[in-house]
Amino acid sequence: MIDVPVYDSAKRPSPIVEELLQVLRYRDLIVQLVRRDVIQRYKRSILGVAWTMLNPLGMMLVMTIAFSNVFGGARAYAAYLLIGLVAWNFFSQTTVLAMRQLVWGGTLIQRIYVPKTIFAISSIGTGLVNLLLSLIPLAVVMVVTGLPPQPMALFLPVSILLLVAFTLGVGLLLSTVAVYFPDVAEMYEIALLAWMYLTPIIYPEDAIPEAYRWWLFNLNPMYHLVKLFRLPLYYDLWPSPERIAVAAIVALGTLAIGWIVFTRRADEFAYRI
Amino acid sequence: MSLLIESEPSQLPVLEEPEVTIRLDKVSVRYRVPHERIGTFKEYAIRTLQRRANHDEFWALRGVSLEVRRGEVFGIIGRNGAGKSTLLKVVSQVLRPTEGRVWLRGQVAPLLELGGGFHPELTGRENVFLNGTLLSHSRREVEARFEPIVDFAELGEFIDAPLRTYSTGMVARLGFAVATAWEPDILILDEVLAVGDEAFQRKCQARMRAFRDNGATVLMVSHNAATVHAMCQRALWLDHGAVRALGVAVEVVTQYQQANAG
Repeated sequence: MIDVPVYDSAKRPSPIVEELLQVLRYRDLIVQLVRRDVIQRYKRSILGVAWTMLNPLGMMLVMTIAFSNVFGGARAYAAYLLIGLVAWNFFSQTTVLAMRQLVWGGTLIQRIYVPKTIFAISSIGTGLVNLLLSLIPLAVVMVVTGLPPQPMALFLPVSILLLVAFTLGVGLLLSTVAVYFPDVAEMYEIALLAWMYLTPIIYPEDAIPEAYRWWLFNLNPMYHLVKLFRLPLYYDLWPSPERIAVAAIVALGTLAIGWIVFTRRADEFAYRI
Repeated sequence: MSLLIESEPSQLPVLEEPEVTIRLDKVSVRYRVPHERIGTFKEYAIRTLQRRANHDEFWALRGVSLEVRRGEVFGIIGRNGAGKSTLLKVVSQVLRPTEGRVWLRGQVAPLLELGGGFHPELTGRENVFLNGTLLSHSRREVEARFEPIVDFAELGEFIDAPLRTYSTGMVARLGFAVATAWEPDILILDEVLAVGDEAFQRKCQARMRAFRDNGATVLMVSHNAATVHAMCQRALWLDHGAVRALGVAVEVVTQYQQANAG
């Protein structure tokens, strides 16, 4: 009878720690939720998984045609653009999905206990599947535009990891707010659009007048994170320690804040959704 | 360990006293109900500016204490809104009590509205894994129980068809089969299950009885006093969130029926 689990509402570890332990216990559920999302998305389409690769490729094609004359100076513009889009799409799609998943899970949360961060975490998983798949067309475009991936590309796992941390942090913060105010989801989609245009995704950095550049870029966390994708892939440079440090502080700090805010509120969710 | 709220005379020697698996100590749950439902951030911002974001407090449970033991089938009766479902939610760890303490020993299996976590596009097989892991089991554990689950649900080769092609009865059968595939220490039932046809219902009831005989605690809610009378040893009558009566099921049910008749 020793390993019988005992629950005592009066003796709980801090919710921040407890949630982490529960997520570990429910790790197989994360896999199942990611599977469900991926299957749901592709099962009934003819092109299946190919869509994930064609979607950013199509966007890149349209934008290249539209903007390559405007930003004519940029070398291998298509590759520059696609690197930015891959990172941006991961961030925007995953944060929106995290919000939706928690609201989907709402009916479930009222009936059974599930660690509530699991919905944001599984959104990250789904996003990662898409991100990794879109690296294939990215590699093709890079070769075609004369920028074949160099050994510096080995830095990419670090870039992805930091982007994941930041995205999860933002996703958790947004989900917390969306539980109380569903209209935040719509507001956020508008904000995302503005945010994307304030980040050098489709335009080169020097398209912004020098006077605004420092403010616009340094105060924008996504600038630092996208830069970690572009430096090794597009500029063939190993990011400097300062750059990595800034990105890591921004990403891990956001994750910590998101995790703390979400888990402290999570007990209330069942009353709300 | 106290012999709180035990109405039967305790004849057993102390050592064989059945173990307590559920203990509620002065549990209260408060809901905050806004005067008007504030559904959007815009409204909230306006209300806050106007200082009108007021709440009403509503106590769904007030100071409920009880102990339930191994092998006991414990019923909760009461009218709509008496706090029965809230009590189940507190025990299944969906809600944290606002005040008081909930103590449980063992694995809890909630059997509230079967098949809630099912997804129509996935096959029966995929849904078994999704639902099994939602109930905190690992993939490996689901794999080990997969065959018995399909057998019990009587699905045969339909298991690989998408769930949207299933009949309502098939979905409910699969939901029940997954939820009860592991023998829990504490089984939570919201209303008595009306799953599938009569033959399947008998199978469900047989499984519940087997759980109880093996020492599981069953905590069940019903509007129907006769069901509680027939299935439970002890019962609790909840009225406006507070304990109105607690003890031997027959007695509690009689009191409840008399009060409702009068």
